[in-house]
Amino acid sequence: MDPLIFGFLLSDGLINGALYALVALALVLVFAVTRAILIPLGEWVLFAPLTQAMLLEGKLPGTVWLSAGLLLIWAGLDRRRGRTPLWLFLAALGVVGVGFLGRSVPALAFLAALLVVLPIGPASFRIFFEPLPGASVLVYLILAVGLHFVFQGLGLAFFGPEQFRLPALWPGEAALAGLPVPRQGILLILAAAVLMVLLYLFFRRSLYGKALRAAAVNRIGARLAGISVREAGRVAFLLATGIGALAGLLVAPLSNASYEMGFLLGLKGFVAAIVAGLVSYPLAVAGGVLVGVLESFSSFFASAYKEAIVFALLLPVLAWRSVSSRVLEEEE
Amino acid sequence: MTAVLLLLLLVLPWIVPPFYQTLFVFYAIATLVVLGLHLLTGLAGLTSFGQAAFMGVAGYTSALLALRLGVSPWLGLLAGLLATLVFALVLGLLTVRLKGHYLPLATIAWQVALYIVMGSWVALTGGRTGLSDLPPVAVFGFELRDPRAYHYLAWGLLLLYALGLYRLIHSRHGRMIRALKGDAVAAASFGARPPSLRLWTFVLAALGAGLAGWLYAHFVRFVNPSPFSLEASIFYLIMAVVGGVGSFAGAFLGAGLLTGLEQWLKDLVPLVLGKSGNYEVIAYGLILVAILHLAPRGLWPWIEARLPRRVPDPPEGEGLPARAEPVEEEILLEVEGICKSFGGLLAVNRLSFSVRRGEILGLIGPNGAGKSTTFHLIAGVLRPDRGRVRFRGQEITGRFPFETVRMGLVRTFQHPHLFPEMTVLENAMLGTYPRTRAPMLASMLGLDRTEERRAAVEAFRALERVGLAEKAFLKAGALSLGEQRKLEVARALAADPVLLLLDEPAAGLRAGEKRALAALIRRLRDEGITVLLVDHDMELVMRLVDRVVVMHYGEKIAEGPPEAVQRDPAVREAYLGGVT
Repeated sequence: MDPLIFGFLLSDGLINGALYALVALALVLVFAVTRAILIPLGEWVLFAPLTQAMLLEGKLPGTVWLSAGLLLIWAGLDRRRGRTPLWLFLAALGVVGVGFLGRSVPALAFLAALLVVLPIGPASFRIFFEPLPGASVLVYLILAVGLHFVFQGLGLAFFGPEQFRLPALWPGEAALAGLPVPRQGILLILAAAVLMVLLYLFFRRSLYGKALRAAAVNRIGARLAGISVREAGRVAFLLATGIGALAGLLVAPLSNASYEMGFLLGLKGFVAAIVAGLVSYPLAVAGGVLVGVLESFSSFFASAYKEAIVFALLLPVLAWRSVSSRVLEEEE
Repeated sequence: MTAVLLLLLLVLPWIVPPFYQTLFVFYAIATLVVLGLHLLTGLAGLTSFGQAAFMGVAGYTSALLALRLGVSPWLGLLAGLLATLVFALVLGLLTVRLKGHYLPLATIAWQVALYIVMGSWVALTGGRTGLSDLPPVAVFGFELRDPRAYHYLAWGLLLLYALGLYRLIHSRHGRMIRALKGDAVAAASFGARPPSLRLWTFVLAALGAGLAGWLYAHFVRFVNPSPFSLEASIFYLIMAVVGGVGSFAGAFLGAGLLTGLEQWLKDLVPLVLGKSGNYEVIAYGLILVAILHLAPRGLWPWIEARLPRRVPDPPEGEGLPARAEPVEEEILLEVEGICKSFGGLLAVNRLSFSVRRGEILGLIGPNGAGKSTTFHLIAGVLRPDRGRVRFRGQEITGRFPFETVRMGLVRTFQHPHLFPEMTVLENAMLGTYPRTRAPMLASMLGLDRTEERRAAVEAFRALERVGLAEKAFLKAGALSLGEQRKLEVARALAADPVLLLLDEPAAGLRAGEKRALAALIRRLRDEGITVLLVDHDMELVMRLVDRVVVMHYGEKIAEGPPEAVQRDPAVREAYLGGVT
């Protein structure tokens, strides 16, 4: 094979891999704390760049009202909890304000899109997942599939079926070993690496991170130690939405974004996350890169079978992981 | 009730408009897949995202044979099921051994791979445009083109599959499949071979899906990849969970409800909102979320909890035949120089002792002495590094528990390994598994009636022996700890033990319960059962046993009658720490 083509395929694979890695990081984070497999994350990843695109066109996207509405429902559910509903009400107002601001100042559209999408995650956790504490992984999964339908339908209603292309944050191409690589792609890879390290440090070193892990391992034990399992879930959803939205905003200038891309994106992130055993952040990144590179090379050799090859090659990886890992929990 | 439903099913196609006739055929097809999921996911605990792929395998096989070779759809059915069987065996061998979350992912992997092959191998499958003009199914020359005629074919096949599955679930195999989900060690201790049982469960579920795929192909008389996609597989999983993945009736409820819901929403939402779009998918998602909030375990269990419960009569009649050959060996169990280390820790070191017929032998020692490891080495959960274990003259070192239980070596668990969702009687009946032999097919055809009745009688007698007969039809989850221990013993008794291994049976019991337990064990000894008891409750052991083996730091430090051992200075030192 021509080294130039090899280089192209590799850089393409690494950039896609970084995206899958970020989605995998978010999925691992949510699963580790709440035991939910967050399928609607794929939609939220797309919501961020689509929101930005609408703002740049001078329109106010439906996600602003969705985000504010979910915060208001949350405020309604927590109406007896002291000042919480007041803060939530103010946050809802803030989201609407940020939306209007992003619409009139194009330079702020990126940040505004991130801030608008961010509350959707934790609010969804509060409204849909919290009322079912301790349900089985399967029930959470089906719940997540239901939410995936809801958010996908909303995505079509808000943004229509068109594809959007966004301006790059860091335009142009850099030459790496004679290969032109889009700078935006390098940004994406850097973001994946930095977030992986940060999450790793957060969960291994900080007390709050350890508390979140404890809530995941043993709910009752964590509660006895004074850790709020509910709060842990909201924080996990918040972080995951943030990571996902950032990934979406960074990748959108490289490829077009449309409302229905979320499911396959989430699925590939899920594959990467499972390769990591749904527990390890460095492995999740490795899994994402593996999926991305495999996909890029198989699309060159047999583009019709691209995804078939990615998924079929997973079987031996799974068999190997299953034999080598000492997972004792035979859970569902 | 059943008769009314069947009658309704018979006249239904003639009283509803054509739209609903078609819907009912799709309902039957979906139920076939969902019933398989009930067995696979609900009972065996293996979540599958790949059932639609099996539909595709059978559907495409029959379609290709009919179009390319002109083969009759009935032969196509056979070929389709055969192809499904082969695929399921291969994928099952790869899949069912996977642990934890790898298993569902593997099902996604081959589901996606097969789907893409269906869509991309254009020369064979016609690609995304698919294959059209499939021949209709003909019965004695009468072609089933009308949904009313097809209704009887689809529902007939569904009811046959459902009946077979229902019988299987309520047979020895079904009990074991349910046990396997909760606790593979306990299941293996009563004679199940976990990998092969899982594999056949997988194959049975796949065959249901294959049947559904064939019915689908010859009903719409057209195949393309989209009904066999990952989305379709997830859709069947949703049906199963909404109806209640752990309940048989839930499969019918979930499949019917969601087949209907999807259609109604397509008509209803545009009427309400005055415009069409993808709003029905939002409504669908919200309804799904609402159902799960109302009934997290599914709708059927939610309904069932509100129905009056019927308590069955206690089983009567003849029990299972007792062990054919009498036990003549004087020494039942011989342990010879066994060693086991975990990393650098030598847990059991050159331990030897034997158990004589008709005695109660106590194996005691302070915490960490290696008692539990010894127990596991004898029971076949662990394999010794060195040394030998012989039972009734045969070497059983490192043999699996599902083999030794058939020879009469039966154990209980320290932390009761019972199945809270099953009744007390069903739990006890697990013990009869190694004494019964109906194969899966016989159970599905209902040929195991006599054996089943006898097994129930046998298990009920075991419950009477331990004093749990009046709780036989309660769920095991409702028992107190003391009763759970009794049920552990009853289950072991139902296996017709020669040597009963009791792992810390008194742990966590109150004084009264301990006395009752001691009396029970003594009674069993008098009935001819030999007992090996591992415990650290000195008072109980010393009052109960005929002989004691004392362990300390992995080695035997004393052996003999309780009174002599109690005076042994080495034993006093081990327990009291150097008081002379």
